[in-house]
Amino acid sequence: MSGGANSDSGRVVGIMRWRPGRPALSGSARNGIAAAVLMVLAVIFPLVITNPVATQIGVDTMLFVAATVAWNLFSGFTGYISLGHAVFFGTGAYVVGIAAQDWHITGDMEFALLPLAALAAGVVAVPFGLIALRARRHTFVVITIAIFFIFQLMAFNLAITGGSVGIPAPFLTWAPETFNNPFYYMALALAAGVAVLSWLIRGSRFGLQLRAIRDDEGRARGLGVRAMHVKLVAFVISGVVTGLVGALWFFFIGQVLPQYGFDPLFDLSVALMAFFGGFGTLWGPILGALILEPGEQYLTLQVSNSYASELVWGSLFLLVILFLSRGVTHVAGEIATAWRTRRERRQAGPQPVGASLAADVAIPRPEPGALSEEVLDKRATAD
Amino acid sequence: MGSDLYRAIIDGILYGGVYALMAVGLTLIFGVLDIINIAQGILVVLAGYLSYVLSVHLHIDLFLGLLVTIPVMFLIGVGIQVLFMRRLRGRERTSMSLLASYAVMIIIEGVLYLVFGPDYVQLNASYVNDSVRVLGFYLPYIYLYGFGLAVILVTALYLMLYRSGFGRSLRATMQDQTAARLVGIDINRVAALAFGIGVAVTAVGGMVFGATNAFNPNSGYDLISRLLAIIILGGMGSIGGALVAAVFMSVTEAIVDIWSPTWSVVVFYVALVIVLTFRPQGLFGQREARAQ
Repeated sequence: MSGGANSDSGRVVGIMRWRPGRPALSGSARNGIAAAVLMVLAVIFPLVITNPVATQIGVDTMLFVAATVAWNLFSGFTGYISLGHAVFFGTGAYVVGIAAQDWHITGDMEFALLPLAALAAGVVAVPFGLIALRARRHTFVVITIAIFFIFQLMAFNLAITGGSVGIPAPFLTWAPETFNNPFYYMALALAAGVAVLSWLIRGSRFGLQLRAIRDDEGRARGLGVRAMHVKLVAFVISGVVTGLVGALWFFFIGQVLPQYGFDPLFDLSVALMAFFGGFGTLWGPILGALILEPGEQYLTLQVSNSYASELVWGSLFLLVILFLSRGVTHVAGEIATAWRTRRERRQAGPQPVGASLAADVAIPRPEPGALSEEVLDKRATAD
Repeated sequence: MGSDLYRAIIDGILYGGVYALMAVGLTLIFGVLDIINIAQGILVVLAGYLSYVLSVHLHIDLFLGLLVTIPVMFLIGVGIQVLFMRRLRGRERTSMSLLASYAVMIIIEGVLYLVFGPDYVQLNASYVNDSVRVLGFYLPYIYLYGFGLAVILVTALYLMLYRSGFGRSLRATMQDQTAARLVGIDINRVAALAFGIGVAVTAVGGMVFGATNAFNPNSGYDLISRLLAIIILGGMGSIGGALVAAVFMSVTEAIVDIWSPTWSVVVFYVALVIVLTFRPQGLFGQREARAQ
């Protein structure tokens, strides 16, 4: 099997996708326009569609956008797949719940506790990262799962977490018809904030170091990247955002139980959304969450049997992993590139191979028009 | 107090044998295929339900039923490998296989919920509740039989791995897939058989687990977290390590259980984290053994 540089080819194509296809508009300008359009649509959504069921799905979707982008910011950029981010989610939820209970905080004042959720998730992320990040690849994944189960067990067994009864959130006396909107905008702000953060990090020296670790940690270390330090910082940032998501979710739902605060399906969903959209890319996790979370909610509404929806969800996940593991944005980008190449060639007419290559992207290839994954894969396997 | 302690140690060793068997299957699959089969836990539960159906509806003895469930679980394992795992390619293959087997777990869990519902069931037979008195301790027959069977199967696996031609191919594939292919080993066949064998042992694990615990489709999570913890503690891919870690887990749990049943599981996980802090590769694992 080609354990080799399959994803290296993916990286090359990924960069290529953002290169200017039409000289009039640069890739970053197109990104900016897309982001602005998406943001406007997201802001007016609850004003246009006021059905509480729809806005509730909107809140969940925005929470998942934030969680998936945060997950991708660590796992996607470094290649360390964490299946333990529910630890931060649950920590955020429980900490604000316990604090509100102990300090008798009621009503709107609960939102003042959000920084505490971020702080707690960050504090948990440091020892978690120090232990887990010493191991690589699958061992890392398994350790994150093990630590996740420790937290779930503690939530079930500690007196402070209320055991299997869980903890109730302060009651909000908001009008039911607009109850969802403040949550929607808070979740949207968080999602937009972490998306911008992710964009800033990706373009920065720090982001380059993260991706160097993803490509070859040994070499990155040799080149002077302080790997452990860099990984840990990304892990903590990712964890802090996930903790905030957990706290917001807790206020929104109004209660946290151990099996939902520390939910293995949370990790699975976030990973699925990131992979579906495009692992390690900027837009991938956003699109993945925007498509899959409403999809899942719709499915749950349609299929009244929750076990059947679990079955469908699992099957969908499997299909994505098997056939779409490089993400819809990647596949769409490839199709667009192939289409553009064909059009350019048709406009230019018959030409020496070298010229058409120069017009396109600087990837050496054996035949024009054959920029398929297969060719790149074969070459990757050869070396 | 003293006799409680001995009792806990004996229980722990007996029960550890069964966990060892399930974990050996998991670590074997990892060693050969570089795949962590997250579905192992739910497969144990599935095997438990198969035994349940055979004993309740067809009135077949639990141990006799293994003649049916072992081949069935073997075929399910081969099926998962051929249909799903073999298709995964690329550098992120290991992580992908982990997610794919996670998805398989969710699917099997959904099917089990649809077929059997969320109610807890337990396997029953005359020897499940009977016990024998040995040196002043009452030992339930099911633990003794289960332990005996686990010892036999682990020995058989060991002999197969280290004393047979197929075992040599398996170990060659574990060391280096490309080289194994070059010397003429059909690695697709080896991979499918290894996955099948790794899953087949869950038939025995599921039967003993089902006879000693009430279970429902949700029990897979608890099982897989224990099994993962065992193979990490033992060192991924190390069969001896899995045996030691399984017994260590069961004994620790049984001893802590004397004082505080709620914390017995947590203590083991904490021990795991402490070990990993000093030895990230586990007790018997090789550091970065399979780095590519």
